Amino acid sequence: MPRSPRAEPPASSLRALLQNIPGFLLAAAPLAVIQPILSRIASHVATDRPELFARLGVHARKRFLIDPTDLPFVLVLSPDNNRPHLRAYRRTENPAHHAAISGKFFILLDMIDGTLDGDALFFTRDLRVSGDTEAVVALRNALDDFEGSALDSVVSSFGPLAKPAALAVSALRSMQASHRHA
Amino acid sequence: MPETYIRPELVCPAGTPAALRTAVDAGADAVYCGFQNETNARNFPGLNFTPAELEQSLGYAHARNAKVLLAVNTFPPAGKFELWRDAVDIAARLGVDAMIVGDMGVADYAAKTYPNLRLHLSVQAGASSPEAIRFYCQAFGIKRVVLPRILTVAEIAELHREIPCEIEAFIFGNIGMMAEGRCSLTNYATGLSTNMDGVCSPAADVHYEDDKEGNLTTRLGPFMIDCFAGGENAGYPTICKGRYTCSASPEAYYAFEEPVSLNLSALLPDLMRAGVTALKIEGRQRSRAYVKAVVAAFRKAVDDVMAGNAPALANLLALTEGHRETQGAYRSKAWR
Amino acid sequence: MTVQERAGSVTLGPVLFNWQPEKWRDFYFRIADEAPVSTVYIGETVCSKRAPLIEPYYAAVAERLAAGGKTVVFSSLSEVVSKLDRKLAEQICTAEGFLVEANDGSALMYLKGRPHHVGPLMNVYNEATVKFLAGIGAKNICLPVEMPAKSVGALCEATRDLDVSIEVQVFGRQSLALSARCYHARAHGRTKDSCRFVCEEDPDGLTLSTIDDRKFLTVNGIQTLSYEYLNLVREVPSLRKMGVSRFRLSPHTLDMVGIATIFSGVVEGKLAADEAAALLEAMKPDAPFANGFYHGKPGYTWNTASVH
Repeated sequence: MPRSPRAEPPASSLRALLQNIPGFLLAAAPLAVIQPILSRIASHVATDRPELFARLGVHARKRFLIDPTDLPFVLVLSPDNNRPHLRAYRRTENPAHHAAISGKFFILLDMIDGTLDGDALFFTRDLRVSGDTEAVVALRNALDDFEGSALDSVVSSFGPLAKPAALAVSALRSMQASHRHA
Repeated sequence: MPETYIRPELVCPAGTPAALRTAVDAGADAVYCGFQNETNARNFPGLNFTPAELEQSLGYAHARNAKVLLAVNTFPPAGKFELWRDAVDIAARLGVDAMIVGDMGVADYAAKTYPNLRLHLSVQAGASSPEAIRFYCQAFGIKRVVLPRILTVAEIAELHREIPCEIEAFIFGNIGMMAEGRCSLTNYATGLSTNMDGVCSPAADVHYEDDKEGNLTTRLGPFMIDCFAGGENAGYPTICKGRYTCSASPEAYYAFEEPVSLNLSALLPDLMRAGVTALKIEGRQRSRAYVKAVVAAFRKAVDDVMAGNAPALANLLALTEGHRETQGAYRSKAWR
Repeated sequence: MTVQERAGSVTLGPVLFNWQPEKWRDFYFRIADEAPVSTVYIGETVCSKRAPLIEPYYAAVAERLAAGGKTVVFSSLSEVVSKLDRKLAEQICTAEGFLVEANDGSALMYLKGRPHHVGPLMNVYNEATVKFLAGIGAKNICLPVEMPAKSVGALCEATRDLDVSIEVQVFGRQSLALSARCYHARAHGRTKDSCRFVCEEDPDGLTLSTIDDRKFLTVNGIQTLSYEYLNLVREVPSLRKMGVSRFRLSPHTLDMVGIATIFSGVVEGKLAADEAAALLEAMKPDAPFANGFYHGKPGYTWNTASVH
């Protein structure tokens, strides 16, 4: 039985697309450049969707390591509603965390965006979870209640940059779709 | 002459308000959900509805001609009955289209206090024979029974002729191996009860270990439930889907059931012919992506059957546990 | 009569396993003659296919038990699905002159309106359910094995004025799950219809171990039980105080007369719980004891700390 094909696009075309989208996706960028954008995302989500924290309950204060295995950095999310933060680290830094979620970048992106099902990704071993499983389940469920597309919401929060960013995201999506059906 | 069927109600899961809207938009006739506490059997972290969210969701669904069913289907332990009583009171006040109950005490309270509140008998009540179902109908005025996933289609047809209420049957999703409402395996391993706390394999007691060879070990509390080789599709660490050994089988085997999901899309016409008038999709704990894909596929399949066409059987394999699907008990008694 | 005034007694639950019919009969003959128990539950509660094997001995066993001063209660089938199951449930529940213990909703359909017992495989967790059942004729209710002490106490407190005695299992493997599928047959590559009664090989059930070789569960046909044996002998005095008046032992291939004698001593206040615990330790089966559910802990665990 074939597993859902999610072959990686050639490195060159991936790079070409990533060049058009917000800097946080730029693997090669210095973390100092990425960080303000990540902070912007965290504060945007916190103000736009306060009910997220109610769903997270006690898990809002936990640190989630988000590990896009095909990129050279990892993210640590701490949704704490008073001081939400999303921070990038080089993978070698091995930042402290309560729970870790890892998978290929596109898969994580589409799961957060509500177009892929986390359980199904776990069944096919495309998603790995370790540490505090309850916190991960709470985060997944909280994010899943996000109205519409979380990604679109974040993208539009970038103001003047929103349009090119949105175009890039939709290009990413169609590229991914074509690979999924390949 | 093409066969005519009674149009069945497609009953769909929602773990969050966003999932409820997704289900309604994808063609659900009814959506079932629960409160954020142990009064329902999917009491998972980050999931379910506040009373305010339920009220808003009722507005959304009713404006689009969809019903909302509230599951208050666990078993209140003595001393905590108030929580369940409050859930019934809120449900009645907000005007849910039906409440799904499992406990006799809860059913008795609801039937006596709100005679106009429509009651469905939860699968958690484990009513698997015409006699048991008739008992619940007579005692509490039950209008619909949700059947356990252990009957063949032929048995459902027979049962239909012997009971005074509607039949709701599961058509897709997680397939529970143990009789629902009669399983303490989770409590045995974790100290949290499926019946009293509404949890099955609570995430706090679930542990995943990936080793260097790519094997994934799943544990519930201290007990190893399974170990999947690299590339092998995995399942939830629920005790009834684990691999064990015994004197008759020194090689580890799935002692209860393999990690599979139920998919009865091929049996839809048979079920409808057997008298099933509500088709239930499992998965309140699953994502919007799951709800959207599964509800849309079954909406189309049911509409096809109603139009006299063979249902286009959508490929839902990608969403199934272990990437495998089964017709479980429904096809034949050999499953037992 | 209030619960507090009720005399405490030991009861013997139905044999859950597939014992040779003659062994089954002789077991009850010895219980009838020697065991200090007030009530004995008999009948096939797990598998309707097994019922015809012991049926020929029902009359003799019931007579002998009655002659031994025991109340005989027929315990009904727990999972009623097939035609055969339904026929068995009807037979048991409509037989004249017998007290019946209901183990599923179909039994209640037949028993409502006349005095009956409600078994531990029914979900009776709260006072509202007890009141409802008392209203349709329940006289004794054995609580689910997973009920924690706190809930048992609250339930007894809230149902004190009802004419219903409360029973709790205090010894034997704990029933954890029921299914329509036979796991004994499955372990041997067969189905329920083609089982050839392979469960008779395991008079105390078939042990399942985890992949890392930890003994975990016990399979008995469609029933799954704990590997550990429940032992609440130390908790009997607390249960008595709460208002529980009946203490159920679940039969195994152990010296059940001896075990009943120990529990009876504690229930009657003639034997200290610690002493009883030591005696039981010496008679221990080839598996550990557990008491976790009572203490609100995982059911497989053994807890020495007091709940109060």
